[in-house]
Order: sequence, then C-alpha cells, then structure tokens
Amino acid sequence: MNSPLHRPALHESGHRHANGEALYVDDLPPPRGMLHGLVYVSPVAHGKILRLDVSAARALPGVHAVLTAADIPGHNDIAPVGKDEPLLATDTVHCVGQHVALIVAESLAQARRAQAAIVAEYQPLPAILSLKEAMAAGSYLTQPHLIRRGDVQVALQSSALVLEGEVETGAQDHFYLETQVALVVPEEEGGYRVWSSTQHPSEVQAKVAEIMGLARHQVVVETPRMGGGFGGKETQGAHFAALAALGAGATRRPVKVWLNRDQDMTQTGKRHPFHSKYRCGFDRDGKITGLWVETHSDGGWSLDLSRAILDRCLFHLDNAYYLPNLHFSGRVCRTHQPSNTAFRGFGGPQGVAVIEVILERAALALGLDSAEIRARNYYGPAPRDRTPYDQEVKDCRLDRIHRELLLSADYQNRLAEVAAYNQTSRYQKRGLAFQPVKFGISFTHSMLNQAGALVLIYADGSVQVNHGGTEMGQGLQTKIRAIAAHELGLLVEQVRVMTTATDKVPNTSATAASSGADLNGAAVKLACETLRERLSPVARSLLGIGEAEDLSYQGGTVRGGGRSVSFGELAAVAYARQISLSATGYYRTPDIRYDPAIGRGKPFHYFAYGAAVVEVEVSGLTGEHKVRRVDILHDVGDSLVPTIDVGQIEGGFIQGLGWLTTEELVVDAQGRLLTHSPDTYKIPTAGDAPRDFRVALLTGAPQADVVHGSKAVGEPPLMLAIGVVSALRRAIDAFRPGAEVTLAIPCTPESVLRAITSLETHESGGNTRAIAGSAGIVI
Amino acid sequence: MYGLEFTLNGARTSPEGFGPTTTLLQYLRATGRTGTKEGCAEGDCGACTVAILDPDAPKGPTWRAINSCLVLLPTIHGRQVVTIEGLSEPNGPVHPAPAALVERLGSQCGYCTPGFVMSLFEACYRTDLDRPERLDDQLAGNLCRCTGYRPIREAAQAVAGLRPSDRFRAALEKAEAQRRSWSGEQGGQRFFLPTRLEELWAIQAQFPGIRLVAGATDLGLEITKRFAEPPLLCGLEGLSELRGCRAQAGHHHLGAMTLLADLEDYAELHLPPLHRMLRFFAARPIKNRGTLGGNLVTASPIGDLAPVLLALGAEVVLTGRAGSRRLPLSDFFLGYRKTALGPGELLSEVIVPALEPGIRAAAYKVSKRQELDISTVSASFWLRLDPTGRVEDLRLAYGGMAATPCRAPRTEAALRGQPYTEENVRRAAAELERDFQPLSDHRGSAWYRRVVAQNLLLGFWLETEQQPLPQLPTRPIGTVTPPEARR
Ligand SMILES: Cc1cc2nc3c(=O)[nH]c(=O)nc-3n(C[C@H](O)[C@H](O)[C@H](O)COP(=O)(O)OP(=O)(O)OC[C@H]3O[C@@H](n4cnc5c(N)ncnc54)[C@H](O)[C@@H]3O)c2cc1C
Ligand code: FES
Ligand code: FES
Repeated sequence: MNSPLHRPALHESGHRHANGEALYVDDLPPPRGMLHGLVYVSPVAHGKILRLDVSAARALPGVHAVLTAADIPGHNDIAPVGKDEPLLATDTVHCVGQHVALIVAESLAQARRAQAAIVAEYQPLPAILSLKEAMAAGSYLTQPHLIRRGDVQVALQSSALVLEGEVETGAQDHFYLETQVALVVPEEEGGYRVWSSTQHPSEVQAKVAEIMGLARHQVVVETPRMGGGFGGKETQGAHFAALAALGAGATRRPVKVWLNRDQDMTQTGKRHPFHSKYRCGFDRDGKITGLWVETHSDGGWSLDLSRAILDRCLFHLDNAYYLPNLHFSGRVCRTHQPSNTAFRGFGGPQGVAVIEVILERAALALGLDSAEIRARNYYGPAPRDRTPYDQEVKDCRLDRIHRELLLSADYQNRLAEVAAYNQTSRYQKRGLAFQPVKFGISFTHSMLNQAGALVLIYADGSVQVNHGGTEMGQGLQTKIRAIAAHELGLLVEQVRVMTTATDKVPNTSATAASSGADLNGAAVKLACETLRERLSPVARSLLGIGEAEDLSYQGGTVRGGGRSVSFGELAAVAYARQISLSATGYYRTPDIRYDPAIGRGKPFHYFAYGAAVVEVEVSGLTGEHKVRRVDILHDVGDSLVPTIDVGQIEGGFIQGLGWLTTEELVVDAQGRLLTHSPDTYKIPTAGDAPRDFRVALLTGAPQADVVHGSKAVGEPPLMLAIGVVSALRRAIDAFRPGAEVTLAIPCTPESVLRAITSLETHESGGNTRAIAGSAGIVI
Repeated sequence: MYGLEFTLNGARTSPEGFGPTTTLLQYLRATGRTGTKEGCAEGDCGACTVAILDPDAPKGPTWRAINSCLVLLPTIHGRQVVTIEGLSEPNGPVHPAPAALVERLGSQCGYCTPGFVMSLFEACYRTDLDRPERLDDQLAGNLCRCTGYRPIREAAQAVAGLRPSDRFRAALEKAEAQRRSWSGEQGGQRFFLPTRLEELWAIQAQFPGIRLVAGATDLGLEITKRFAEPPLLCGLEGLSELRGCRAQAGHHHLGAMTLLADLEDYAELHLPPLHRMLRFFAARPIKNRGTLGGNLVTASPIGDLAPVLLALGAEVVLTGRAGSRRLPLSDFFLGYRKTALGPGELLSEVIVPALEPGIRAAAYKVSKRQELDISTVSASFWLRLDPTGRVEDLRLAYGGMAATPCRAPRTEAALRGQPYTEENVRRAAAELERDFQPLSDHRGSAWYRRVVAQNLLLGFWLETEQQPLPQLPTRPIGTVTPPEARR
C-alpha cells in the first residue's frame, strides 16, 4: 500500500504550470545590472568574412560590448563531438544564421540598433543548400557506416517481388514553446553561475569552461526546467550559455541571451533530412528476402551529433522485422545549413520510415492488408531473432501487441467498413493502416549510459533528491519522486526533486535517448537503498527487533515487530547517532557495446515496442486529410507512472504526425529559411489530433533489469505516426486502385493531391518546386 | 502626465515609463508577471493569452481571450485585464480552468499552459460553447508541442459554460460600457485614442497621414516582428459607432470595427458563407481582437474576408471629415496591398445585400494546416439560377491567386446562362487557367493553386446542387464536403 509507484499521478509541476508560478530561465528575476545579449549572425550561406567592423556598434548608447571570435578568452569551439564548430565565426561563415558576433546592451532595442550598425562584408562562396546537392557534390562529414548480412544481390534475384525506390524525409523544427535561453552571472574567483535551458547541463558546464578558459569547477550550471526540449537542447543550448558567459566575462555583469522565435528557428539545427535509396525483395507470401539501403543525411555545416544519429537510423532500418539478407550503408553529408541535431527518435524515425514505405508498397502490390504483411515479417524465434547488427531480440512482444491491438481496434471489421465507404464515396477516401515499432533503448555511444544521484535526508525526515536528469515536460521528476518515495517509504509530499545542477551531481549525460528515467531512476534507487541500509539498524533498535525480523518502509512510517516509528523520528535519531544522511547513487547500464568497423554488437540494453492502427480520410479535391481514429497499444514495461507514460505516447504520436504531414521547412535560393515562425511553419493544432484517440499500455509486461520493471517511453511512440503515411497511401490508392502511388513526405495537402494525380513529386525544402503536369480537375 | 490606466488582476495600474507601442506582453513580463509567456510574438502560438473584459459585446459583457503579444498598451486604456496570476488568490479557491487542466495532465513542459488556461478561462464564461466546432475554435489559437491535446480538449469540455459564481462573473455583471479618450506621448511616439469620429477628424487634421490601428493583429506585427517604432498612431478601439452589425432594407450593415468573433456570430444567422469562412480564420484570440475593417484595409491577396464579400456583392463605405462615399468592394482593391482609401478617410462600414431565397453561395479556404493558417487558396461563390435551372447571375471570387482578392471574369462568363450541371461547371472551371496566373511560394506551388482553384468550383457544384447554402460539418476533412461524405 501507499507506494506511489506504478500508479496514476498528476504531473509533479502541474499546479505550478497552471497558475503561472513555474519558473523557466527567462522568468527568473533579473539579477541586478543584467544586460541583454543579441547575436549578430551571418546573412549569407557560405562566405569569407572580408570585413567585420563593430566599432560604430560599440559606440552606440546602451551598448556595453560587441564581441567577436577574437574576444574569446578560451578555446573558440562549441562542438559537442568534433572540433569543427567555432562559437563565433573566424574567417568563414558556413550557413545563414551562424553566430558571428555578440552584442551586449542594456536593452534588446539598443542591441538591435547596434546590430544594424555592424559593418560586414562577405565574399560569397559556392553554397550547398540541400541534401541532394551535397550528395551530388560528394560533400560529406563522415565516412560510410556499413552493416551487412548475407547476400542481398542473390536474395533479390530469386525474389517474387522486388521493389526499388527512394524515401525522403524532411527536416523538422523542434518548436519547443520555450525558445533557447541562458542567463550567466559572474561569481567570485572568476567563475560563473549559469541558468540554462538545456538537456545537458554537464556539457554546458564543460563548454562554458572551455570557451572562457576555465576549469570546470569554476562553472556551475543549473537547469530549473525546460519549456520543451525534444533534442533541440541536447547540444545546442550550450551555444547560448557560452555566448552569455562570454558577454558576462567581458562586462562583468549578468548577461541573458534569449532568442525570439525567428532567431531560434533560423539559428538552430533541425531534425536531419534523410534521403534513402532502397531495393527490397519479397517472397510470394510477403516475407522480406533481402534489403539494400543506401542512406544519406543532411548534417548541416558541422558534425554536432550527426554521426550517432546516422547510426541510429541504420539500427532502425529493420524496425520490427527480421531481414535475412541486408546491406545498409549510411553517410552524413555536409551542407551550408545550420548544423542539424538531435530530435526525438534521433535518426530512428528516419530509418523506420524507409522500411515502412517499402512494406506498404509491397502490401498493396501483393494484395495484403497493412497488418498482415507486417505480422509475417516480425522478429521471432531463432534464427529470426537477430538484428542486422547481430543483437539478439529477446522477449519480443510484437506478436502479443499485434494480436491484442487488432482486437481492441476492431481492425478486421474496420477494414471492411473502409472498403465499403470507398466504394460509395467518389471524392473522399479512407485508408486504414497498421504500424508497429521496435526501438532500441540506450545511448549508442555506450560510455554515456551512466548516471549519478545525490539524495539528502534532513533530520526532520524530509528528503531532497538530486540527479543528473533534466525536466523538459516528459515527467522525469514525477517518476523520480515516485521512485524515491517508494524506496524510502515516504509520501510524495515528503520528497522534493531539486533543480538539476552540476554542483550536485557531476559528469552527467544528457537527458536524451529516452533514458532519463532508466538511468537516473536507477541511480536514485541505489542512493535510497544505501540510505535505507544505514537507517535500518537505527530503526531496528528503535523498534526493538532483531536482524532477522522484517522491516517495512511505507507511507512515511517504518514498521516492524508490530511497532512503528515515523520516518521523521527515525531521521532525527539517526542524526543524533551521527549517521550520515546523504548518499550518492551511481548506475551504469551493463553489457553495452558496438563496433562500427564491423557493424556488430549489442548497442541496446533492450527494445521498446508498440503498435498503432491509424485511419485517415482524404479529400480528392484538395488533398486535405484528417486522422479519424488512432488506437495505440504500447509497451512501457511496468509503467512507473502510467498517466505520465500515456501523455508521452499521445504527445509523441502528434509530434510525429506533424513531422510527416504539416511541418515543412522551406529554404530560398540564398539558403535563407523562409518558414521561421509559426505563421508559416505549422505544427499540429488541437484540431489535427485524432478526435478518437485511444491509447493503452500493455499490461503485465515487466522488463527485466530496468528500474522497477519499467521501460523507456520518450521516443518510441513518435514512430507510430508513420502509420499515417501508410494510411494515406492506402486512401490515395483507393482513388486509383492499382496505380503506383508516389507520396512525398511531409504529406501536405499538396503532396497528397500530387500523389492522387500521379504527378511527379515536388522538391520540398527548396524554393524550386518542380511544376509538373498540366492543371485540371483531377478526378 | 501619461495618464494611461487599466485594471490588471483587479488592481488599477498605470504603466508609467512604457511607450505607447509597448505590448501588453512586454509590459507584463517586464513587471514580473512572468506567468504569461512569449512563444512567437505574432499571435500564432497562444502562450501569451490573457483575458480582457469586453463591456460592449453584442451578447452582453464578456471575457475574451486575447494574444497579449499583439496588444498595444494604449488600446486597453480603461479596460479590465486578467492574467494567469490573477486567477489564484492566496488561500482562495482554485479556478476551475487551471484545475481542469491539472487533473487531466494537460500540461507537460507547462510553457503553453498559462495560455491554455486563459483560453479555458474564456470558455468558462461563454454561454455559446454548445457545439463541438466552437470548442475546437476556442482551442485553435493555442499550440502545445508536448501533449497530444486530448487532455486539454477534455479539460475545455469540462469547463465550457460553467460560469462559476466568482469575482470574474461578478465583474461581468457589473461591467458597463464606457469609453474614455486618451492621448499620450513617450519617447517620441504619440498615440491617440478618440471615442468619437469628430475627435478623429481633428487628430487627422493636425497630423495628416497618422496611422490608424484597429485590433492591431496585422499592424502589430510590424512592431513585434519588424521592430518598427511608428511615431504616430491612432487607435480606433474607442469608436463604438463603428462597431456592430444590423440588417436594414434588405442589406446587412457591418461596422468596420466589428470584431471578427462578433461578425462570426452575426454571419451565422444572416450570411452563412461569411460564417463558414470565419470558422477556419485565424483563431479565437485573434478573432477577439481583429476587425472586419482591418482585414479589408490590409488588402492582402490572402485576406480571407475579401473573396467572400466580393462574391456576396458587398460595398464599402469610406468616411472622412467631409462625409462618406460608397463604392463596390471590387473597386476598393487597387493593387497589391493598395486600396482606394483617400487621405483622411477610414473604412466605416461594409454593406452586403441580404441573401435572397434560392441563392447558392459558399466559401472555401485551403491551407497547409486547417486551423490557424493563412490561405493557400481561398474562394467564395455566389450564384442565382433562373427557373429553368440556368445560371442567371454569378460571382466567383478567389484569394491567393493574384495580387489582390478578385473575381474570375472569364470563368463567370463561361458559366453565365448555362444550365447548372457538372459538365458545364467543369468546362467553366477550365477557364480559371486564363483568369489567373498564380505564384509558387512556401505555402504551395502555382500548380497546386491552379488545380485547387478549379476543384473548389467543382466542389461548390457538388455541395450546392441540392443545398443552396451548405454549412460546414462539425469536423470537416477538407474545405469541401461532398454530399456523399455528409453523414
Ligand atoms: C495569428 C494570425 C492569424 C491570422 N489569420 C488570418 C486569417 O486566417 N485570414 C485572414 O484573412 N487574416 C488573418 N490574419 C490577419 C489579421 O488578423 C486580419 O486581417 C484582421 O482582420 C486585421 O484586423 P485588425 O483590426 O487587427 O487590423 P489592424 O492590424 O489594426 O490594421 C490593419 C491595417 O488596416 C488599417 N485599418 C484598420 N481598420 C481600419 C479602418 N476602419 N479604416 C481604415 N484603415 C483601417 C490599419 O491602419 C492597418 O494598416 C491573421 C493574423 C494573425 C496575427
Ligand atoms: S506569443 Fe505567440 S501568440 Fe503571443
Ligand atoms: S506542455 Fe509543453 S508545450 Fe504544451
């Protein structure tokens, strides 16, 4: 009784969100003398800086500093992995929006005037603005990564059906509602205190130290909470913290760098566009015989996390399916765009999209329904249990999920209903599709799978929990609080989860890869266990029981031998007896490894599973469409807090829906982003969410070796939205049964109407839309 | 003395030291009311939503959710504003709007939450949220990137029309219409807020060329996005004589300062095509500030009301010190963002002939996203058949196809006098190719605009063959709903 674990709960900050008390970085009361930093950015996509004269800008009223690369006291590098990204451009600029100078002024209005007074000249250099141009030009950031098994060539020769084609998926802006922001206050001993909206405080600390030429212990980074991150604040929050630190260093005053929406969208990286070529063979029953994929991603101008994102794409080209023969190769291209970065799914969605497009095409060609072709290809018992990189797929839950979801979604009957509707409806057609997902959980860079915690018990029995994870809305703190309360037998009100800070837990990993609760939860659990071990002898002596007798910690009370003592009393006595009441916990995921040279290993601790049934309806007159109903059954193990997990699943699905339907980033011929605000960049609204949206968690499915049998949930559900593309493909097919459907992603109304008219797909992401075919009423 | 004053969360407030183009959002955040967030500064995300009491609303005093990022401080002179901080009082009861969201986990990161709460706040006191599409519209102005909206919608449903007996309800009951003129200057910027047209003429005489501001949902963007610092502005907010709609002698007189939200209500009863267009027009918080006049005077090629009013045969009344003149709306648009307004004139009224029985008319809007998006193509059609079923007269108007919203003369000619059949409509639609040479942009290609323009005419035929004034279904798949899908 009383344990908050595995029970519905409200969001830990819910009340404060809803009454406006919840503080985000930009809400902190301005420290005395605070100045505003404004970044002057490159107006050209690629060019040599011939002249950069900031003297007039410096002289303007209210302007305290205008800083360029030469003013950086430490090392001018902000790259998380490579050493290829200066914080401020030196002699060359590589994208529109690249940071060139920082203006520090009393007000943003004054800073803007100074910005206009900067005199700069650029010698334009040839710019590569799209992934296709980069592929054609051989412009790369990495060497190819290869994963192989068997002989695809031979397999395809003897296949009943061979499909060839290309899949392109586009960029996606994170569109966290809270834009990038950091506030830096100079402290004693030449150090800095940083408040940063970041998923990775330790990296912000490291980068600020590096830029300022300091040791890390001189920098403290705090992250109160984020107004959304989604990967966009995994590496790229560091830029703005470092800029603010630079400004604070130069002026010895607190400096805030906050981006408005247009600045945020033009200066920061996006989800990587991917271009994949494929050849895939099937036998007569629709089983895959072999799959060849060559994929390229658009890394933007610097490496950032592109390598790991490409790896994860390759690791998810199989999605849920066993591939007897395969040949995957992937390479990151370099373009003159802002450096693309982590985004929920981290390459996984781009990989899954490829095989799902292939399967839906095959299903239509073979006359199979969308669920059936997938069921025939799931991982299964040996030898069908080996991923392309030769990890064993243990405890695969897809068959069970498939079976249960078909029933609960009434799939078979609805197939018939959709067919009947399409018979009688000429201008509007429906499509029903099935979408499973298998997603690998762990950082694929194995070393990152570690976490620390620091738990403090005060002498009145109240508890503070610190850990390395950050809260961006995903409910991590709600889960952590439940874990700590459970371990110490407390009410959640007795536990406070503190602001994430680098002076509490050092050397933390980013809150990313869906692993926040897995890693930090385990570390908190270990710290609490240590404390219990220290408290238990005290409790036994207070209760007068021996070693052998049971002791229980529940609801704020410790019981044993028929007697009880409150946790507060216990803490007070322990303190009086000079027992240490703080403890650290440290967790690392066991047995994770991967060797990219041979494309073999065990990069993941386990897999998360889920599936969706998606029904859409399409207008043949305009290409507009709506998701009518979605049923999801998702595997989160023994959910730590089910209400939080349901929220992650719903939100992930809708974010995936946006990526695949309405969110389109369009760049002009000079490399300038045209869609840099919500006026032109359209994320889903409430009306885009399916009106009938049924989400269920798989029951009775604890996961071994993960904290309290739970499973990660942040990223996997995003991929369920790929079912929308399949359902659209089916609806489009219903307009012209049998004709090949070429459907460009994102499936905007225009893309869908083009598919219905079987016209060439347009170039998305460029201003050069190929205008093919003649106009006329299409059906 | 500056003398600007409004009531903020129950307390009289004078924003001393803040210039007249300071937005309400900037003021709130600068004074430590940081519960209200900025997500875009352009009315597209709703993070900045607050509520304002509108004492002059046609259905009686009402709370309106508005985007504080587009409100210039002087335009709320004398008004009551409630922000997220004003909903809770120490030791007071929790307001049902935030409570409903919290209970359903309608917040994740929480950044959108105060804005949603304030939209739900409006919903609490509205009496007309009895239909699902109205509830949809109530939420369409707020973006959330974290939740899947399901809990938020459930919360909205739970609080809509609750009208708790609290101080906010009491404020509605006590509210009385009152306007106070104001003018002030700060940092080289002057702002005037007249309450009578005579005052306005005097101001205009003194400052020829002074910019007029109605709801500022268009003009405000120059200030919040392009950081313009206009030296002279005159708010039309206080000119209640320009607000409101009435039917008279077979015509509807629509005041230029009528809020789009009020126009939507009026049109529902009297001008169904206009109502239909306003369903997917911006979103509630914009419609609660933006005006009919502002929409037409921007003369934007993608202004959504123009095609409808062109199709309905509207005239505009332009008023200046010397008097008024009346001209057809089609003569009002002179070119890309250019109108026939003369110096010292304002748009005072739009006059629309009532729809005679049997008239077929509808309006269409196609955009990348259905809610809160700008048209890729919009269209509105009006058509009268003679007793034999031939097209006696018609007006076909489009937006997004040319430099201004305009009619399609060749297509009209091709259909005029012909029997109203699918075949004839398809044949006439082909003429659109000659009427328009649309452009490609980030919203859509020229190809898409051309095809959709034609398909919308076919769609109109499909919808109106049986039914003269087809309404939108509750949750339409697209802008056209063929009869077969209407079930
Ligand atoms: C988020 C968002 C979404 C939008 N969505 C849509 C949409 O879907 N469809 C659409 O058509 N528009 C849309 N708009 C544009 C805008 O809201 C409308 O055009 C609105 O009707 C403008 O009215 P306003 O009162 O706010 O005008 P203001 O911004 O106050 O004024 C606009 C211009 O008109 C002038 N003006 C205003 N009233 C008069 C008058 N009576 N006489 C003379 N001049 C006058 C002003 O001087 C100014 O130049 C949107 C805007 C935003 C911010
Ligand atoms: S800040 Fe986005 S609507 Fe006002
Ligand atoms: S809860 Fe994060 S944007 Fe809505």
